[in-house]
Amino acid sequence: MYQITPDDRQYVEEFRKTPVGRHSPGLQRILNLFRGEAMAGKYVLVCTKPHREWMLGQFTGVRGEKIRMTNHSFTSLHEAEWYVFKQRWKRHTGEDLPD
Amino acid sequence: MKRIMGYSDQISVCPDDTIRFMVNCEAAGDYSARIVRVIHGDTNPDGPGYKEEAIETAVTGRYPARRQAIHAGSCAVVPDHAFLAALGSFTVQALVWPTTPAKGRQGLAGRWNGRTGAGFALGIDEGGGLALRLGDGRGGVAEVAAGKPMLAREWYFVAASYDAATGAVSLYQEPLVPYARTDTAVAISAPVALRLPANVQAPVVFAARHAGVAGKRTLFAEHFNGKIDRPRLANRVLSRLEMEQVRGDLIPVALQSSMLGVWNFSKCISSETIWDDSPNRLHGETFNLPARAMTGHNWTGEEMAWTHKPEQYGAIHFHDDDLHDAGWEVDFALKVPAGLKSGVYAAHVAIDDDEDFIPFVIRPPRGTASSKLLFVLPTASYLAYANEHMVTDAPLAELLTGQVSTMQPADMFLNEHREYGLSCYDSHSDGSGVCYTTRLRPIITMRPKYQSWLGGKGSGLWQMNADLHITDWLEAEKLGYDVITDEDVHAEGYTALAPYSVFVTSTHHEYWTKQMWDALDAFKKHGGRLVYTGANAWYWRIAYHPTRPGVMEVRRAEGGIRAWAAEPGEAYHSFSGEYGGLWRRNGLAPQRMAGSGFTAQGFDISSYYRRKPDSYDPRARFIFEGVGAEELIGDFGLIGGGAAGLELDRADRVLGTAPNALVLASSENHTGVYMVVLEEIYINSPGLCGGESDLVRADLVFYETPAGGAVFATSSIAWAGSLSHNNYNNNVARITGNVIRRFLDPAPF
Ligand SMILES: [Fe+2]
Repeated sequence: MYQITPDDRQYVEEFRKTPVGRHSPGLQRILNLFRGEAMAGKYVLVCTKPHREWMLGQFTGVRGEKIRMTNHSFTSLHEAEWYVFKQRWKRHTGEDLPD
Repeated sequence: MKRIMGYSDQISVCPDDTIRFMVNCEAAGDYSARIVRVIHGDTNPDGPGYKEEAIETAVTGRYPARRQAIHAGSCAVVPDHAFLAALGSFTVQALVWPTTPAKGRQGLAGRWNGRTGAGFALGIDEGGGLALRLGDGRGGVAEVAAGKPMLAREWYFVAASYDAATGAVSLYQEPLVPYARTDTAVAISAPVALRLPANVQAPVVFAARHAGVAGKRTLFAEHFNGKIDRPRLANRVLSRLEMEQVRGDLIPVALQSSMLGVWNFSKCISSETIWDDSPNRLHGETFNLPARAMTGHNWTGEEMAWTHKPEQYGAIHFHDDDLHDAGWEVDFALKVPAGLKSGVYAAHVAIDDDEDFIPFVIRPPRGTASSKLLFVLPTASYLAYANEHMVTDAPLAELLTGQVSTMQPADMFLNEHREYGLSCYDSHSDGSGVCYTTRLRPIITMRPKYQSWLGGKGSGLWQMNADLHITDWLEAEKLGYDVITDEDVHAEGYTALAPYSVFVTSTHHEYWTKQMWDALDAFKKHGGRLVYTGANAWYWRIAYHPTRPGVMEVRRAEGGIRAWAAEPGEAYHSFSGEYGGLWRRNGLAPQRMAGSGFTAQGFDISSYYRRKPDSYDPRARFIFEGVGAEELIGDFGLIGGGAAGLELDRADRVLGTAPNALVLASSENHTGVYMVVLEEIYINSPGLCGGESDLVRADLVFYETPAGGAVFATSSIAWAGSLSHNNYNNNVARITGNVIRRFLDPAPF
């Protein structure tokens, strides 16, 4: 499996600008790692107001179990992507990305 | 929170027909119901918004809320019979292939009265091994257990006998394939003090245990996951040698009078009947559609088609999450009034802050057409995806969409209520693929206002809610149209299409029976015009159940993008005996039907088309009337922001695109999330993504047919999401309108 390297820091800004869409191969490689994570603990957005508000949850990894809701709610999917990216970055590198 | 949901007994009705609606309401009080004609289901504030036409009918009113439950899990049942009444001593045996022996108690074969607790039940116990349970009906239970767990996905011979005079029980758990250092074989004899009562008055049940009755319904518990092959019931204690003698299909003469039931699951495979080869004819029925035409313990691999060697397909694969018919009580019914225009309708039910739409189609009066334009609602494809659980069950969902998955409250309900049944994109709880699907249950994915994680960035449209963009645009353009469903095309063939001159597909008309294929092929041969406003159509070959409406089968045979793969030897449909898999692998690639076929997919953002030299051909002039030479086509839209997206098709002469086809435009600049389809890949290699591979594109295709008709293909699922852009004034809408208006003109091409 791919491991994040210090060089990958250069792609963070690219993601922040365009979390969904056309990406450089370097960013795509990071996203393949992040987005491909296993179900246990995987993030999911639960729509609370159609097209307006989403609440972040995490799967337990056990089929049929309730999603564990966090208390993070977003009014833009862009914001939500960035939040999730930061959590995953931290988990893989130990590094906190600035808001 | 999801609190109200329902379904109807039919999906397509004509004036004067009666359609019934069944509703489960988890809130107290009463709910409102009314009939609406659904015009547009996309709630995205950037689009036209939800639109309906209220229809005043006798349904309008309030109804008492009540809970109606779904009981999932399949089994097979032989009704109680006089021949069973005298049963004292017995032997019960079968060949079994457990898939989840460790999941807890599971019934294999028994005659147990769930109300009284009397009878016997051969099954798997908490330890994963074979066990015979005996109940005296007065609360007394005795059990003899093998004490060793069975291995999953291995065939076992299992048997138990009981001597009514002595209470002696024998139990055999024998793997057909031995392994070194892993001994799971058990043969034990033990006396029990308990005596079975004279007549336990119970059906014989396979793959579950009878658990009593609730109202008119029989309840079952301890559903088994796995295959059962050749179960037998004898009216005395058989020796181990005699058990062996009756294991096969020919029962020795000397043992024939000892046999109460010699069930042969290789007979009546396309039905719900389980056949008893014994003269007693203790035939039974399957419940909740367990999978048939499954390889048995004796399958050799020499034959792949069950119709050729049915004796090697004597197994039924049962699942604890199989479902056929929710079986709810009717809440209200609609006698379809005369004079309603053909279209997509729904019963709208609501309580507190929750609502549900139960969609159905109203056709024109039987035998008539009210337009030359026909829109076919892809109910087969809706069924294939019905209540899919990919986001919650498949880690690759987020990789496919290139964005954190989003779920709706209804998806949360489905995740926690597996009894609402699975889709053909899911796997059963034991990991085996789901090959049957049914509409006799609430289908939350087939709803206006539903947003799907698969629908790309933007509105989140997939299937019905995307298809409503097509009918909404037809309304906006004041183009009259009739609506029928895949089920109608399947049942009536070309007759259903003959009154029309233009057939408009849905955004994703993926699943076709041979009958449907032949109907559309005949339509084209008669000069009918085809407008293919989607992508990845004519992909999977499917079969409808021969006698149970609303039940469909897909065998995901080799090749293609598959959510699961059929096991070796299980690629032929049980309902029809036909080979499953891609139409392309059945000799009919989609390019033969519409000039364009599946080439790539990705579910993040969409792109645009750029005109090609063919678009300036005089034959194509009518298509581009009012479209500038330098215009990008569809660089806007509610599905991923462009008209070319989600799934894409391309023209290919080798796969059957007509030699006279014009490729008018192609899409470009797709993201790295888009990938070439698997059926194009023989040797995998880097360079198969959007931006790398030329195969990642949608081709806008036009060609004339020899009968004076024509075909137009947009080759993209996202196309429909661009139609309403700029108040329906845009080049995607213009091109679609140009095509449909010319196609409605009877002048031959
Ligand atoms: Fe599909």
